[in-house]
Amino acid sequence: MADIPMYRVRTQTRASYSAGAVCVVLIAVFILLPAFAGRGLIQDLFFIFTMLVLAQFWNLLAGYGGLVSVGQQAFVGMGAYAMFGGVILWGMDPVPAILLGGVAALIVAIPTAFFAFRLQGAYFAIGTWVIAEVMRLLVAQWKLLGGGTGTSLPRTATREMWATEWIQATFDVRGAAARDILTYWLALGLVIATIAGIYWLLRTKRGLALAAVRDNVEAAKSVGVDAARMKWLVYLVSAMGTGLTGALIYVQKVRISPDAAFSVTDWTAYVIFIVVIGGIGTIEGPILGVLVFFILQSLLADYGSWYLMVLGLIGIVVMLFAPRGLWGLISEKTGLQLFPVRRRLVLTNPQDGANTPKTDK
Amino acid sequence: MIWIDTIIQGVLLGGLYALFAAGLSLVFGIMRLVNLAHGDLIIFAAYLILLLVSLLGLSPFLAAIIAAPIMFGVGWALQRHVLNRVLGPDILPPLLVTFGLSVVLQNALLEGFSADSQRLPTGEIATASVQLGGLNLGVLPLLTFASAILVIVGLNQLFYRTELGRAFRATSDDAVTAGLMGIRPERIFATATAIAMLVVTLAALYLGMRANFDPNIGPARLIYAFEAVIIGGLGSLWGTLVGGVIIGVAQTLGAAINPEWQILAGHLAFLIVLLIKPRGLFPRAVD
Amino acid sequence: MSLLETHALTASYGDFQALFGVDIRLEEGEAVAIIGANGAGKSTLMRSISGVLINETDQVQFDGQPIGHLTADEIMARGVAMVPEGRRLFPSLSVEENLLIGTYGRKVAGHWSLETVYDLFPILQERRNHPGTALSGGQQQMVAIGRALMSNPRVLLCDEISLGLAPVVIKDIYAAVPRIQDAGASLIVVEQDIGQAMKVSDRVYCMMEGRVTLEGAADTLSREAIHDAYFGGATI
Ligand SMILES: Nc1ncnc2c1ncn2[C@@H]1O[C@H](COP(=O)(O)OP(=O)(O)O)[C@@H](O)[C@H]1O
Ligand SMILES: [Mg+2]
Repeated sequence: MADIPMYRVRTQTRASYSAGAVCVVLIAVFILLPAFAGRGLIQDLFFIFTMLVLAQFWNLLAGYGGLVSVGQQAFVGMGAYAMFGGVILWGMDPVPAILLGGVAALIVAIPTAFFAFRLQGAYFAIGTWVIAEVMRLLVAQWKLLGGGTGTSLPRTATREMWATEWIQATFDVRGAAARDILTYWLALGLVIATIAGIYWLLRTKRGLALAAVRDNVEAAKSVGVDAARMKWLVYLVSAMGTGLTGALIYVQKVRISPDAAFSVTDWTAYVIFIVVIGGIGTIEGPILGVLVFFILQSLLADYGSWYLMVLGLIGIVVMLFAPRGLWGLISEKTGLQLFPVRRRLVLTNPQDGANTPKTDK
Repeated sequence: MIWIDTIIQGVLLGGLYALFAAGLSLVFGIMRLVNLAHGDLIIFAAYLILLLVSLLGLSPFLAAIIAAPIMFGVGWALQRHVLNRVLGPDILPPLLVTFGLSVVLQNALLEGFSADSQRLPTGEIATASVQLGGLNLGVLPLLTFASAILVIVGLNQLFYRTELGRAFRATSDDAVTAGLMGIRPERIFATATAIAMLVVTLAALYLGMRANFDPNIGPARLIYAFEAVIIGGLGSLWGTLVGGVIIGVAQTLGAAINPEWQILAGHLAFLIVLLIKPRGLFPRAVD
Repeated sequence: MSLLETHALTASYGDFQALFGVDIRLEEGEAVAIIGANGAGKSTLMRSISGVLINETDQVQFDGQPIGHLTADEIMARGVAMVPEGRRLFPSLSVEENLLIGTYGRKVAGHWSLETVYDLFPILQERRNHPGTALSGGQQQMVAIGRALMSNPRVLLCDEISLGLAPVVIKDIYAAVPRIQDAGASLIVVEQDIGQAMKVSDRVYCMMEGRVTLEGAADTLSREAIHDAYFGGATI
């Protein structure tokens, strides 16, 4: 018998190792950034991080789970309002109240999922949107939290927020700036946890099944039961992550109203554009997308509605001519994968037989 | 008596929603296309009518007659050159493209016409009313409802009595086999969207005469329209009318209890119907 | 010159090549059978001729004109109609509407009309207002054939019209073939089952794995030759 080539199953790529190293350095820089950067940059990065988290979760939902939701603003709003409720009604500190936001989003996601999973495709999209509208209208009836006009976090709560005193002393900044630094760090933590968590999830056996389901309808049939459970998991995880993010965003914003917190444009439309322009169904796509989104916004911010028109047009053009987004174009040209989740067969020398073929379980 | 009045007002309001929805229902039924820009296209048509009214000094009805063929062309071109390219088993691409279109349209209108509220000039008809068995009914709402019925009868005739309608249904069933019958699906789809835009023009006419509009109200109208289509069942035009009426009645009843509950009551009615019948009230046997 | 010819016809589904240079021809007035096992490429050949699959311009010729690049509706308009595998009636259309839609892309006067199709398959007239898919398999097959005839085609492509039908029903359906020929159409009849198709056809092509493995007049081919061409006995 001739030499039998040996294969090893690997998901790492060389680029992914370098990406890992770059990531560690980047994270260190980001953590220390408030020591040098001005308040404007910190606020911009806060915006980028929070939009990125929302985009990653929507991408998990639509790009991997095939659940095209137009109602993620429901969880942003519920998370934010739960945080406000915790602070105003129960006198909680805003920082732990963010966790309350995540829990609240998770809780409302359960009945929502029971309802929405009865719907298919387009019905699902519209159904989730209507549910979000219902939540907005219900919250607008909640007079204790300002009803339709909204309310602000009480002064005392924001002034005495966890760790702000320490930040004020360490960085020699005033209260509002200290709050920005705190929320910035929390957003950074959330981004890291989100990307790491999704990356981990997609590399587990079930996550790989999820990607297979997305790529191939036949495969979807053969793993039917598991796929149903994955849908639930993906939906609930996305809801909770989106709720946490919503709560965090409104700790920074301080002021809330139902129309703003449940805005389909701000929390779903922009997020969808970010994912589509960057590249749906990849972890890298939303990262690239949020950068493009931010740059466009900075460049065109003075032109008001032109900015949104350009954004809409870019979204359309990308969908028509590069449906896998900018990252799709890049990885097609270069083969680059920073967060490889597909397994590759790697040809190994038969002499290296000691390396027994392995699959990650 | 007050309740009967409320319900009748709701039914008439449902006529307006059915008009919003009829074009959507046609397109949705034939090609499973979720057009998220439908509401904005209605607003676009309303501005087109307004433009014709103010430039040429026409009555809104005449202006709508001129706007209709323009909208027909817009619909044809949109479907032929943009939407046909993203139709397929995956619903995400058409969803995103029409979403993008919605954003583009809204902001283009904002740029062109500012955010100020507008209204089509109506003269006496806006306030005219008739007495019917002790009820006071507005002429304009009655006209809207009659138009909705007329549109649905007309579309049904087209659908079930003409060769084009047969081709619509055949293509919707099986586009490949339709091709073997000499039907060109891209053209059928373009024709369907173009016809839907005629209905959109009519919806825009009544919307503009009955209420203020501005570039941003498209999405809210879209939600009502979708609710009507989904409640009614995919591809059933009479179902769409029933759906519109259910939303309309729920809204006026809700408003009668508490004015803040109007919209909420409509949405809740939608969710309840969908909870009981996930495929709507009159789903097609085959899908 | 033949009425319909293919030249070195190839066809693929993505990376998978299903036809490897197929040459067949159909003369005016002829009935030709194409037989082969499941997966041999018969339906792919029919899809290529009818324009469901697009080919190189010169790979298919009809009436002296290259039609390989044309789409299904264009080819149908020229007079090549297809009875697709699995009948594929339109479920939202009644029997009569299914028949009428056959004329959508080609309205030429000729022998076939609703009347003559009902005359060919009388049961359809009784069922004319039923939904097409509410009929029995054999009746559905009659609708599919009638639908293709309505355009008065010059060539009729029949893909496995006996599939899943009881022998008596198959006989009924095949009884229509000579009448279709008499009315002026030439036919290609695709079957897995050798018997029926051979009986009605002048010539036979046998296909295996995307290639034509045998060709000849129906009455001159021996059972052994067909068996070998069908199951691959001769080439291995
Ligand atoms: N839509 C398709 N996609 C991929 N492969 C196909 C498709 N249709 C047929 N094939 C493959 O092409 C080959 C020929 O199929 P077909 O032409 O249907 O054979 P036949 O009609 O002789 O049974 C088979 O191997 C089949 O698996
Ligand atoms: Mg076949």
